[in-house]
Amino acid sequence: MASTSKSRKTKHIIYYVVMILICMMYLVPMYMAFITSLKARADINLLTAWKFPTHPTAIGYQHAITKLAPYLRNSFVLTISGTVISAFVGAINGYIFSKNKFKGSELVFTLMLFGMFIPYQIILIPLFDTLRRLNMAGLNGLILAHVVYGIPIVTMLFRNFYDQIPNSILESGRIDGASYFTIFTKLILPLSVPSFVVVGIWQFTQIWNEFLWAICLTSQETNPITVGLSQLAGGQAVAWNDSMAGAIISAIPVLCIYIFLGKYFVQGLLAGSVKE
Amino acid sequence: MSRKNSKETLYSVLILLPSIILVAIFVYGFIGNTIYSSMTDWKGMSATPVKNFIGLDNYKSLFTSFMNKGFRQDLVNTVFYTVFLLAGTLIVGLLLAILLDRPIKHEGIYRTIFLYPMSLSFIVSGTVWRWLLAPSGGLNAIPTWFGKNQGTFQWISSKKQIWSFNWQNVLQVLSVLVALLFVVFLISAIASQDKKGIKKNIIVIAALLVFAFLIEPLFPAGLSDEEMHGFNLATLGILFAGTWQYSGYAMALYLAGLRGLSGSIKESAKLDGANEFVYYWKIAIPNLKPITMSAVVIMAHISLKMFDLIYAMAGTDNEFTGHPSVRMYTTTFRANKLALGSAMAVILFLFAAMFIIPYMVHSHKERVQ
Amino acid sequence: MKKCFALAGIAMMAMGMTFAQGAQEASMASSADANKLVLDGMAPSGDLEIFSWWAGDEGPALAAMVADYEGKNPDVNLINATVTGGSGVNAKAVLKTRMLNNDPPESFQVHAGQELIGTWVDSNRMYDLTPIFEDQGWMDAFPSDLIDLIGTDDGIWSVPVCVHKSNVAWYIPANLKKWGVTVPTTLDEFFMVADKLQAQGIIPLSMGQTWTATENWENVALATLGPDDYNNLWNGKLAWTDPKVVKIWENFGKLLMYTNKDSSSLSWQQATDMVVNGQAAFNWHGDWAAGYMMTTLGLEPGTGFGWANTPGTDGVFQFLSDSFGIPLGCKNLDAAISWVEECGSKSGQDAFNPLKGSIAARTDTDLSLYSAYSQSAAKDFANDVIVGSLAHGVVANEGFMNDFSSVIEQFMSSKDANQAAAACAEIAASNGMN
Repeated sequence: MASTSKSRKTKHIIYYVVMILICMMYLVPMYMAFITSLKARADINLLTAWKFPTHPTAIGYQHAITKLAPYLRNSFVLTISGTVISAFVGAINGYIFSKNKFKGSELVFTLMLFGMFIPYQIILIPLFDTLRRLNMAGLNGLILAHVVYGIPIVTMLFRNFYDQIPNSILESGRIDGASYFTIFTKLILPLSVPSFVVVGIWQFTQIWNEFLWAICLTSQETNPITVGLSQLAGGQAVAWNDSMAGAIISAIPVLCIYIFLGKYFVQGLLAGSVKE
Repeated sequence: MSRKNSKETLYSVLILLPSIILVAIFVYGFIGNTIYSSMTDWKGMSATPVKNFIGLDNYKSLFTSFMNKGFRQDLVNTVFYTVFLLAGTLIVGLLLAILLDRPIKHEGIYRTIFLYPMSLSFIVSGTVWRWLLAPSGGLNAIPTWFGKNQGTFQWISSKKQIWSFNWQNVLQVLSVLVALLFVVFLISAIASQDKKGIKKNIIVIAALLVFAFLIEPLFPAGLSDEEMHGFNLATLGILFAGTWQYSGYAMALYLAGLRGLSGSIKESAKLDGANEFVYYWKIAIPNLKPITMSAVVIMAHISLKMFDLIYAMAGTDNEFTGHPSVRMYTTTFRANKLALGSAMAVILFLFAAMFIIPYMVHSHKERVQ
Repeated sequence: MKKCFALAGIAMMAMGMTFAQGAQEASMASSADANKLVLDGMAPSGDLEIFSWWAGDEGPALAAMVADYEGKNPDVNLINATVTGGSGVNAKAVLKTRMLNNDPPESFQVHAGQELIGTWVDSNRMYDLTPIFEDQGWMDAFPSDLIDLIGTDDGIWSVPVCVHKSNVAWYIPANLKKWGVTVPTTLDEFFMVADKLQAQGIIPLSMGQTWTATENWENVALATLGPDDYNNLWNGKLAWTDPKVVKIWENFGKLLMYTNKDSSSLSWQQATDMVVNGQAAFNWHGDWAAGYMMTTLGLEPGTGFGWANTPGTDGVFQFLSDSFGIPLGCKNLDAAISWVEECGSKSGQDAFNPLKGSIAARTDTDLSLYSAYSQSAAKDFANDVIVGSLAHGVVANEGFMNDFSSVIEQFMSSKDANQAAAACAEIAASNGMN
């Protein structure tokens, strides 16, 4: 008995050592970004890239904050409205594709899914043209673009989730005389919280980090934070400390979401992915 | 009842209509526009562009002309990028999920550490990884901490290529590869004693081999010269970074799946005397198939976004790490060859969309059952 | 199912066609002399959007010129649109998308020379700025070699703000002394010195990503051909398959043997760092490297770091220039004119260039404002033969430049000079370079 508990203990120790090693591997790039952000520009050099700066300085953060602050509001407006709208569009679409199938709905769903694979770089020209004709330059146009190109993936995520909800729940609702919309708002939506978390995290990350459309579709007053980030990096000479500091600052909102909602993220995926 | 149903169908269609219209315009309209452009000789920035219809000439040039040799290597790269990114993220993600699938302290911390790379934009992670992979510093310096010699692998500067094949034989190579895929299906059919499946797979394999070795050599060669393409070792670094960034997502998916199974299945497996390895290999992993399916779609979609990562890590002109999306961007916006860029986009779209087909077949089967 | 797909396909094509048609209709028909500028001398007002890729280190230089402009033109609301990253490709993507959709800024930054001419002048998108040049007396203020290179028979298309030199070899004098070598002045001398350095374990020449390799290629080309034949290569008088041109590739191939193996992983700054760290002896690079070494690394010009023309290019100034032009269809022409006037003015250039680390395109600048390096470059600019750079768009159009980077990348692994020369002949023809 004593020996088994001992072997279990060594097993335990090995397990934690392995976990910590893996975590270190995952954190290495973050470490690199962090120490670089604390260096003075002249100290940034490949040969000493691993070394902690001898004289840490916050000048990179100062530059980054002054440069990024004006864009922060745009980014929040863009990301939050884009995420919320596409989550609701996805929820109602998913509800239809999963629980209210009609003739041809599978085909429509399939055709929508193909939209996920459109190469974003090439549609820049027609996208700009279309949004301009719709008179939607600036943030509104950018939000629309993110919602539209988010439709395939959010619809798929919600549909997969709703497929797991037994039809019997809906039937009982129908028997109680609930209408099409009441079933959705009273029965389905309250069950969908985990799925909203998954879709929310996904869309928030994508929209927050997107650069190419942002720079093309918005102008000075409406630029989101990724545009500010690229301007920190500058043209011919790159100030690595500023851009690393900026990268860390701009990642904080998304990181917070991962830290606080990470648990629900796994739960949401759990609810949406396992067959009974 | 049926009247109610038709009313509900009407609601459904009406609600879907905005999405359908938007996708029709923004996805299919634009793709249609791109297909049209790809069949013209549109070039240059004129306000009154001349677009003469030239059929499939741009495609022909991409697949056969000497100048577009780079694009063909990009296509080969895309296959490796996609396959290895899928394999890397799914395998690493699964291993991490298995490690986390037990009662441990501070699980939230581990999970967050594995997930956080996903929150960064590729531009940020690409820059950091470029430094980590710089041959004279970064990862290559690690052996020196243990008194060993500096590593010498050139990472994204590497010019080595393995598994090379001659592009003149591309059809042959492709059909052999597809045949190999069907050999895997055949083995699984034999294992599950599905007689119909065995027969079907044997026929497909035979047909592919006949095509590869008897019919294909009869075709005229598309290229006049030998042209070797293969797996560029320079892409390894980029695959590393991509796997690092998205394995956390696969981990979360699999962890959710494993948690969903746990409980009773795990208990009964234990009662049957299965050890942990047997449990995961024989019971858990086969049950995770639906998760793998949706992960494949999402990762294939991510591999299309490799653009940002490659762009940040290797720049626009590294021929060894190239990807059609990068070349398409420079061809369109730097070289002003809009029609040629469109043709690249169409090829890339079709290629990426191929990965969605297994998913659709699978979910179709599921629905039939 | 199949039918549905077919229908969807047809619908797609139809929609695509309508889009394409629409785009064509929307574009304005431009008449032959629409690009003639008439100066009315009106005081500018309203919005002025200027588009550039100057941010980061270059931001303050632009800000200084903007401040100077705003002092002169208080009624104009200047909107500074900057797009950076990806060695300028992002800026091109944004600008070209806007231009194709007829939404141009009032004025945009562009590399002077064929990059501007091949893309924007050939497609009839720019105003001819000759009246401004005449009105402002710039025909005498700018060197005539420069005006020839940035214009065509039909006009002058942009106002050069700054000039950089791209045939500069950078080194650390103390290190060269330590290794017992002197600065080579011809390619053959360089190869001899390089052997000596390699024997000591020193990398003779540090190199960065592809575009910096193109810079080194153009240095070798200039050294191999001399300025006259170098110009002939670009105006079509010298064929790409001529033995003299094949010789460039042979020399370049030889040069590559003396460079670092990890070049494609390095930014130009990291390549410069290799010289500063003593890993490498020389770095051939455009002269913004001087700004990096002075301002960022704190080295003293002359003693901390030294410079010379790249071997075999003495007496020649290989230049590149950032300039501003005015696109047809710009909404506020008066403001646009006042902006390019600022770009060419003495006060504007003297506000901008000392901060950017470049020299003024005008020859009458106040040299006391500039660093020791820039003063020497300005002297060369006034006295030397001026030829254009390939890597930065002076001598070849964008289509050629784009394809050329593929050729050079392929050459770096194949080292086949004849094949590279043949490929260049092909891309020169397919990109409409005579």
